[in-house]
Amino acid sequence: MNIENIKSQFPIFSQKINGKPLVYLDSSNSSQKPISVINRLNDFYKNEFSNIGRSIHSLAVNATNKFEETRMSVKNFINAKSIDEIIFTKNATESMNLVATTFGQQNIVKGDEILVTELEHHSNYVPWHFLRERKGAIIKFAPINEDGDIITDELKKLITSKTKIVAVTHLSNVTGTIVPIKEIVEIAHKKNVPVLVDGCQAIPHIKVDVTDLNCDFYAFSGHKVYGPTGVGVLYAKKKWLEKLPPYIGGGAMISEVKKGKIVYASPPEKYESGTMSTAEVIAFKESIKFMESIGMDNLIKHEDKIKNYALEKLRKINSVKIIGNPKNKAGVIAFTIQGIHPHDIATILDDDGVAIRAGHHCCQILHEKLNLTATARASIGVYNNKDDIDMLCKAIDNCKKIFD
Amino acid sequence: MIIVKRYLIEIMDLKQLYQDIILDHGKSPRNFGKCVGYNSEAKGYNPLCGDLVQVYLKLNDKKKVEDLTFEGSGCAISMASASIMTDLVKGKSCEVVKKIINAFLKMIKNSSEMKSDDLDNDQITKIMSLSGVKQFPMRIKCATLSWHTLISAMEGKKEEVNTEVID
Ligand SMILES: Cc1ncc(COP(=O)(O)O)c(C=O)c1O
Repeated sequence: MNIENIKSQFPIFSQKINGKPLVYLDSSNSSQKPISVINRLNDFYKNEFSNIGRSIHSLAVNATNKFEETRMSVKNFINAKSIDEIIFTKNATESMNLVATTFGQQNIVKGDEILVTELEHHSNYVPWHFLRERKGAIIKFAPINEDGDIITDELKKLITSKTKIVAVTHLSNVTGTIVPIKEIVEIAHKKNVPVLVDGCQAIPHIKVDVTDLNCDFYAFSGHKVYGPTGVGVLYAKKKWLEKLPPYIGGGAMISEVKKGKIVYASPPEKYESGTMSTAEVIAFKESIKFMESIGMDNLIKHEDKIKNYALEKLRKINSVKIIGNPKNKAGVIAFTIQGIHPHDIATILDDDGVAIRAGHHCCQILHEKLNLTATARASIGVYNNKDDIDMLCKAIDNCKKIFD
Repeated sequence: MIIVKRYLIEIMDLKQLYQDIILDHGKSPRNFGKCVGYNSEAKGYNPLCGDLVQVYLKLNDKKKVEDLTFEGSGCAISMASASIMTDLVKGKSCEVVKKIINAFLKMIKNSSEMKSDDLDNDQITKIMSLSGVKQFPMRIKCATLSWHTLISAMEGKKEEVNTEVID
């Protein structure tokens, strides 16, 4: 596949925004969808629709099989040991809430410590805050340095005999920091503390091998990897899924229901109650196929090239400041322009057809640490090219002209 | 080829949003800081943008605005809006100020005009410079934040105004 022509697989790019070609630099928020994914959704609804797992007619059997095929694809894509370790949720946020709730219910009592980091998205902080409120747990924050790297020595010191879990992002959605998860897992495991990884931003941009990382939990969203909305994944080691209590109760998660007694199904069904995002999960297989057809090595090479080009060009623009300078940085570029608020930047760039995001990107702890209330963020997807970056820089120039 | 119109309404010139009056007030806000002898204050926050506005209000015994200033940080629209607002209400009674605020909120959300017997033409022009945000639904809260916060200060409310809750 020629990566330079990949835009042609995404119908959205044949449209114009405000009369200009769309320059989409908001993939960290959510990525656009290739035609194969859109067609699969359409096809399933048109020709194959049925709920899964309940009926025994042909459509239901087919839908159930297709649903399970996606589970197999996900398992292979992240190199889990078993399909029983892959749970579908509605998004990464739900995946992390699932862990916080069930793990917390079973393992956390007053005074216990939960270690997160200053890089975390609110979805990897608020669920733990619930345990602070409900159980009297203590949340500690592993600090980052000025570059936006987690100070692993400090993290190590913050793991005490009271620490029950470490929850950390794999890739920051603000600074683009690629976090050394394997090292952090080793540190935590030495002290017998399990690790939850927020893989939302890592999955679309770097190779993820959960067996190699050896983490206990890994959460991500389908919509950020060129997949439909409504699909979240939670990878969890089998021992945890067997041991932890269920999350949502209802149909499909039970094996036997009596007036006086309920026996739960085995994982993954134990955690998948109620009608799932059936069509979306089935179509998500096409997203993984799309990623595999490019190949992670090619994808990384391409995104690195665009990222380096963007960094080089942005650094040359007077008054643009790039936030964070981590050791390993992915194509997530938060920046500020002196004298222009990020929301004004985003509105003006939009007029040039350039879609970026402005705000705190659900990372208020990080912004407070960096003494910022908001930043603008350009984030790169596999379909971006150098022309997009040129257009971004031109739009920034226009923005500066308005405010001069 | 399909043209996607911004939020399905007419495409408009960016210049209508970032008019000179707004850029001017945004860059050098009037009445910035704490006024001497203020007897009421209120805080407003727009979580979407992180715009923060704090107003300081000095009312005399007849409930007339003797002074009104603000502090805060945010986008050009939020700062200009606060600046323009503080310029307009001095010397007016709380009742009149509330009428002006309501007329402003109505104009920003769904009307093309700003009607008020309590403002002169020059003041109306200044307010109307903010009307461009109508075409940018995501930015309306930036423009209304300080006005809601002023209501809160006049009513002596304790809790912070939060645009996610009120609008
Ligand atoms: C690092 C990170 N974690 C979690 C999330 C939450 O993802 P979702 O909204 O799909 O649950 C995001 C998305 O913005 C993210 O960037």
